[in-house]
Amino acid sequence: MSDALQLRFQHRYPGFELDVDLSLPGKGITAIFGPSGCGKTTLLQCIAGLERAQLGQLTVADQRWQDDNQFLPTHRRPLGYVFQESSLFEHLNVAGNLDYAAKRADAGKAALSRSAIIELLGLDTLLRRRTFELSGGERQRVAIARALLVNPSLLLMDEPLASLDNPRRAEILPYLETLHDELACPILYVSHAADEVARLADHLVVMDAGRVHSSGPLTELLSRADDPLRLGDQSGVVVETRLAERSDDWGLMRLENGALSLWVGDNGKALDDRIRVRILARDVSLSLSEATDSSILNRLPARIIQLADSGNASVTVQLDIGHQTLLARLTRRSVAELSLQPGQTVWAQIKSTALLR
Amino acid sequence: MTLSPADWNALWLTLRLASVSTLVLLVLGTPLAWWLARTRHWLKGPVAALVALPLVLPPSVLGFYLLISLGPNGPIGQLTQGLGIGLLPFTFAGLVVGSVLYSLPFVVQPIQNAFQAVGDRPLDAAATLRAGPWDRFWTVAVPLAKPGFISATVLGFAHTVGEFGVVLMIGGNIPDETRVASVQIYDHVEALAYDQAHALAAVLVVFSFAALATLYTLQRRNTHLNWGRS
Repeated sequence: MSDALQLRFQHRYPGFELDVDLSLPGKGITAIFGPSGCGKTTLLQCIAGLERAQLGQLTVADQRWQDDNQFLPTHRRPLGYVFQESSLFEHLNVAGNLDYAAKRADAGKAALSRSAIIELLGLDTLLRRRTFELSGGERQRVAIARALLVNPSLLLMDEPLASLDNPRRAEILPYLETLHDELACPILYVSHAADEVARLADHLVVMDAGRVHSSGPLTELLSRADDPLRLGDQSGVVVETRLAERSDDWGLMRLENGALSLWVGDNGKALDDRIRVRILARDVSLSLSEATDSSILNRLPARIIQLADSGNASVTVQLDIGHQTLLARLTRRSVAELSLQPGQTVWAQIKSTALLR
Repeated sequence: MTLSPADWNALWLTLRLASVSTLVLLVLGTPLAWWLARTRHWLKGPVAALVALPLVLPPSVLGFYLLISLGPNGPIGQLTQGLGIGLLPFTFAGLVVGSVLYSLPFVVQPIQNAFQAVGDRPLDAAATLRAGPWDRFWTVAVPLAKPGFISATVLGFAHTVGEFGVVLMIGGNIPDETRVASVQIYDHVEALAYDQAHALAAVLVVFSFAALATLYTLQRRNTHLNWGRS
């Protein structure tokens, strides 16, 4: 079975109903995205068994955790959970918190050793500290390490960065990326921050009012013209590229994925490294012929797939550049003046590209 | 102003009574406090009121009903006789029963408040770390509620030492069996032996002050810890 996570939950409160039926991949980071109050956290608590859904079926890696006849209590589910705010035990120091998990870890080969986890999250100098002496960022790093130490088959993270300010978030994001590369078990990552999701996720579930609005690979959902994430101004595609060549004279490097080829500022990565980039729709403009007298470096021939009204005065244009999709956000007036139509060939000018990782 | 051997005996009996009662209270009070802290059952209100009753009732009322129910015609008295234990009034065991009821709120309420302050989050976190219900209780709830247990122990002990009315009703005044310090002071005053009364009363004042001062100092320090946390 390729989809290692099968879940179905129905749970009704006064004024709210969760109704979710999902198949999710058995590895990588799946982001659960949606506005606050859409049921993301409730879904995670149902998966963990902290909330008992009135109707629930859950299978993880061919193991049945819950169905109509059985309900595995939380402490028997091989999962790790990182809560939104600090959940560290305040009567124990950092090492004590880690030991609490290690002592109860599932038997069998640990995916990562204790020392590897401590190194991964940079905790060596914090081990003797009391929990209330830690900063918010340090606390979440300890909480993540503690969740990893039980050797989980599924890691659940409930907005682990939501309680942190921007510098602290920036401090933790690289750790989460490393986690993504090092960890074999799937991660469900609840978030309402688009930049976090674009940076970390492989698969994406968009929730709205207790239901799944859409679910699919991140790159696919982000390249839809109908903006399923409702990012508005922040909508744009995420592309996995390869560092193809560099130009030391100009301090640039060329990233490519098929026919999509981008010159960007050199960030010192090695040739052939994989780099994930995000191109916002508002940073892409179109012209009917190649504007060779433009200062914009990245100009690519593209074919228009479809045009979607995105409210107010703007239109989102979905483009195909050799099987790679790009979004461009234009004014309705520009679309009319250029009389853009599906199937038409145009030049896409990419004003800026964000290197995610 | 020295203590007579009889005074010493009364003090020793008081300490024994307070120790045994506090121990029994911690054993019975902890599960009761846990239940009160976590239940949403409709019985929570009535049970909480029952536990708090000794705070407002005159000790003589409590003692009176105890005397009746523990006595030869009372339901508990019949039970204890049936079990071959005999009758509890005017015995040390009877005093323990009275003290436990009398000091119940002083033990249950601090522990209950402490359990409530711990909240769900640490227990949920422990469950996700493979800790079962007993494990969670002993390794997370109890250590985090430690300030509550300290308050409960000190208050339960000190309050039992200060007991008078209930003892008089169900214990009488039997040397080495039920004549505790507070009753002994009463006897001294009745006999106009004010010097003796002074000595023993001073011991109780000093003891009670020391116990409470220690407790409140400890609590202050805990509050500091809490501030450092946020």
